[in-house]
Amino acid sequence: MHVPDGFVSGGVNAITYIISAGVSVFAVREANKKLGDKQVPLLGVVAAFIFAAQMLNFPVAGGTSGHFLGALLAASLLGPWISCLIMTVVLTIQCLLFADGGLTALGTNIFNMGIIGGVLCYYLLVALKSILPKNKGGYLISVAISSWMSVVLGASACAVELAISGTSPLGIVLPAMASVHVLIGIGEATITTAVVGLVLNTRPDLVGTYSYQDARTFNTMEA
Amino acid sequence: MKDVNIRVFILVGLLVSLLIAIFVSPFASSYPDGLEKVAEIKGFLEKGEEWVLWKLSLMPDYSIPGSKNEKIATGLSGFIGTLLVFGVGYGVARLIRSKRS
Repeated sequence: MHVPDGFVSGGVNAITYIISAGVSVFAVREANKKLGDKQVPLLGVVAAFIFAAQMLNFPVAGGTSGHFLGALLAASLLGPWISCLIMTVVLTIQCLLFADGGLTALGTNIFNMGIIGGVLCYYLLVALKSILPKNKGGYLISVAISSWMSVVLGASACAVELAISGTSPLGIVLPAMASVHVLIGIGEATITTAVVGLVLNTRPDLVGTYSYQDARTFNTMEA
Repeated sequence: MKDVNIRVFILVGLLVSLLIAIFVSPFASSYPDGLEKVAEIKGFLEKGEEWVLWKLSLMPDYSIPGSKNEKIATGLSGFIGTLLVFGVGYGVARLIRSKRS
């Protein structure tokens, strides 16, 4: 769902640039409090994995493909703000080096994938985890649903931006974007749940959202 | 199961990412993605203005300009990108941590 230049209006891009820049500054401050010795290399390797996995487009219905997003994977391991930073790093490099996502639309892409996918859906994960059974199965179901939602909500936000920009009417673009990303989100949930499950089996201490009490006491970042 | 050493964990993670980027990404689906497909069907694909970055970026669309073999070019750009993202991510994390008050 990387938005290229030209799809979204200057006004929408300006607003999302401002929001994304503000959130990034806040995210750096939060990361400063929470990055432990283990999380420094973990941030790098999660970013690298997301970049690589995003290259793997898989076919969904009707000659369309989708690819992994990774924001909720990063959020489940490292929390919402570090996830947002990771997505900002990945999206900026994709934009500048690979022309994947427009430069004028970079703020929009960070908003859709980093802030909605990484930050908002982190709180969805927290909410789901609190109502589902307090065990590994309940946790992984929360991860699956919130990662699926990260793709659906990110794509829906993209549709709203396209509608505000006058590119396509909301009644047309929202159902179209949401329906195809409902399918792409199944791939997202499958990959995210598999990777989180794998990390839980090898280094459960690195899955930051697994053992915390609530979002306010998210302090697993101690070294 | 005894917990895997953190260095081993990071190295294996990086290695897996590099292997995916180099050897699997060249065989990924070349169908348009969800947004591109919607743009195509709903008739706003031509609004995309890729040309600015197309000329400036080093590896547009994960290709290497002038390369003959598309699959090798995709794998190579994936290798460069993955390593760069790891380096920038690690560097940013170290920088943020070093500024701790």
